[in-house]
Amino acid sequence: MSVRVLEALKEKFGDAVVETHSQFGDDTAVVRADKWKEVCRFLRDDPAMSFDMSVDLCGVDYPDREPRFEVVLHLYSVAKRHRLRLKARIGDAEGEGAEIDTVADIWIGVNWFERETYDLMGISFKGHPDLRRILMYPEFEGHPLRKDYPANKTQPLVPYRTEEEAGVTLEKQAPFGLDEGMPFGRRAWGTDRGES
Amino acid sequence: MGELKHVTLEGGASGTSGFATTKLDALLAWARKWSLFKYPFVTACCGMEFMALTSPRFDGSARFGAEAPRFSPRQSDLLWVVGTISQRQAPVLRRIYEQMMEPKWVLAFGTCASCGGFYDNYTTVPGIDKIIPCDVYVPGCPPRPEAVLDGLMLLQDKITKNATGDRRPGIVKPREDPVRDLIQLRKKSSREGEA
Amino acid sequence: MEPIDLDLDENELELPSEPMHLNMGPSHPAMHGTVRIVLELSGETIVKSDVQIGYLHRGFEKMCERGTWTQVFPYVDRLNYVSPMLNNVGYALAVEKMCDIEVPERCQWYRMILGELARISDHLTCNGAMAMELGAFTPFLWYIKAREMVWDILEEETGARLTHSFGRIGGMANPPTPALKSMCREAIPAILKIVEEGEGMLLKNRIFIDRLENIGKISGPDAIALSWTGPCLRSTGVAYDVRKAHPYLKYDEVDFDVPVGTCGDNMDRFLVRLGEIRQSCRIILQACDRMADEGPVNVDDPRVILPPKQDVYTTIEATIQHFKLVMEGAKVPKGEVYSYTEGGNGELGYYLVSDGSGTPHRVRIRPPCFPITQGLSDLINGAMLSDIVPTFGSLNMIGGECDH
Repeated sequence: MSVRVLEALKEKFGDAVVETHSQFGDDTAVVRADKWKEVCRFLRDDPAMSFDMSVDLCGVDYPDREPRFEVVLHLYSVAKRHRLRLKARIGDAEGEGAEIDTVADIWIGVNWFERETYDLMGISFKGHPDLRRILMYPEFEGHPLRKDYPANKTQPLVPYRTEEEAGVTLEKQAPFGLDEGMPFGRRAWGTDRGES
Repeated sequence: MGELKHVTLEGGASGTSGFATTKLDALLAWARKWSLFKYPFVTACCGMEFMALTSPRFDGSARFGAEAPRFSPRQSDLLWVVGTISQRQAPVLRRIYEQMMEPKWVLAFGTCASCGGFYDNYTTVPGIDKIIPCDVYVPGCPPRPEAVLDGLMLLQDKITKNATGDRRPGIVKPREDPVRDLIQLRKKSSREGEA
Repeated sequence: MEPIDLDLDENELELPSEPMHLNMGPSHPAMHGTVRIVLELSGETIVKSDVQIGYLHRGFEKMCERGTWTQVFPYVDRLNYVSPMLNNVGYALAVEKMCDIEVPERCQWYRMILGELARISDHLTCNGAMAMELGAFTPFLWYIKAREMVWDILEEETGARLTHSFGRIGGMANPPTPALKSMCREAIPAILKIVEEGEGMLLKNRIFIDRLENIGKISGPDAIALSWTGPCLRSTGVAYDVRKAHPYLKYDEVDFDVPVGTCGDNMDRFLVRLGEIRQSCRIILQACDRMADEGPVNVDDPRVILPPKQDVYTTIEATIQHFKLVMEGAKVPKGEVYSYTEGGNGELGYYLVSDGSGTPHRVRIRPPCFPITQGLSDLINGAMLSDIVPTFGSLNMIGGECDH
């Protein structure tokens, strides 16, 4: 059933389908970013595909790769009960030029997912009706889910009270250091507080 | 109000019975601590335990006179901060605190409100005391209702003490434990028996 | 006496009808503290609305990229904090799909029992809170009383009332206690009785029914286009339940129905949740009958499961394995996976990317509330201001899950 989806995609779009695989049983197709919208429209409208529900859309950051970001869209067909993962790769190593067509006019449910991906990952969607930050506040600078954003770097809206104002000790002494209890040998993306 | 030292309450028509003398500050503190009007600022997981606290099994706030919630900060004097406060939420919390009338108290419900918990990251305020003063911290993720009751009693103790100018931290006095008393009684009697 | 408006024409009599802007939340008793709705009102009718979320964004996805795969479990608990066990099970299944592990049969039944208990707790809380927001305080107390019974079982099993962190990759933290089955069999009739009493109080109440019926209606195709899943989708008549459509664990071996609604209004959502509580009870009773009393719970796979404590203290191999599993984390094969289960609010998906190390490269949760909250704006536009409260309550938006 679902292998047919990948076959049909390859047949219809040829070179635009860069790569397909079915790892762990999840059918995946990587398509060229400029064909993104066209492929999505085909997947929804073709009666053999009829992907009527967009389950999820998110971005993944691979700092070592070029293009750096992957936009991952999960689709489901309620009628045919098959699933597909559609991916596109965009953006250069500095995180610039991460731009792709919106699909919010194909599935209206994608609207907030695209806003979220823009907010947290910094991928902008061309033609999106309302591309604002959704989870972070408008004053926030940067995109926190990128690997180069330090996990602990806060941007407070309200200035913190100083100890003189409070009259008591505010700094809590952590029982362990920032990296204690964390696994060995991991890639320590953004664990400093950003000032160093 | 320090000048007026003693208040006598007249009870009964004959005037022979039912006198109580107290300091006015102490009387006010006593009245305040048993009629805390709470403002539940419920944001996160701890809200589930907050529901359990007000439910029949624990009946956690009615027994302490803190049952009636007031969803207007101007009518309330105890702010329950229940759950994680994100940077985006911080101005809201600050404004609500500033709208409350004196005297006012703040109770940090759970680890996230006390110190940020294990969310040591870009979006979480590491404890509400970075923004507003806080009187009682209840640890736990989420705290069990018993822990919250303990915190509420600590706050009551604090209110009593502050009225008399006592700045020492509040304590919850150990309650009578019949089992422990029984053991001590047995020890005592056996010692007497030996002697 | 002459009327004073004699020389005024028709238009001047009317008050100027400029739209009024109203800000609802984030600290509003019915907004659960985490949602802000900016409304444009004409009289009491909502013309335009803008739902703003993110007041409980806690950086879940960023935090998961710092620890081992097992250290994700506590964060997962606090996503949908009304049914943490379902999140635990969902995440465990996702990682197991990557490692190609299938847990023993006893563990599958155990996960089903705990998961369905969590689902009961979720629906009781949602329906109770919704009734409370409409002024019916007694059913809320009734449902919380029933929820305490569920929590008693969960506490006995896991040691925590709410945030259990009980799932593990390849099994559970502890085997079931001997009293599990008898506790479930005792509690379920009592819970059902309370549910029925609460239902009796609400469904004969004219005020309650009037505020729910034909309010917040949505059609099936609209709900699908908005990516709705779970009870909210089923209330529109689309019988999509992951447990039936793509069975996992042992859901294909138990007998249960999928309650569906007809018109997708608030009443249907309320009734679907009540129906699901009954179905969950059926599943638990069947699972109690089928679960073996003896047998392994954890899979016998040294890649992911800690060795027995006895061996850790006596043999060097087990000590090394224990050390490596704790300090480096279980190594998960390189690749990406999307695993989905039926959470309290709908399809709970995890999209995991592994770079072959002991730390996840990306943990992405697909929160079922997120698209559901997205649809709130469509539901309340054109309705009255007071309709927001029941509509929002029936969607069961959970802040932790929706805002990650």
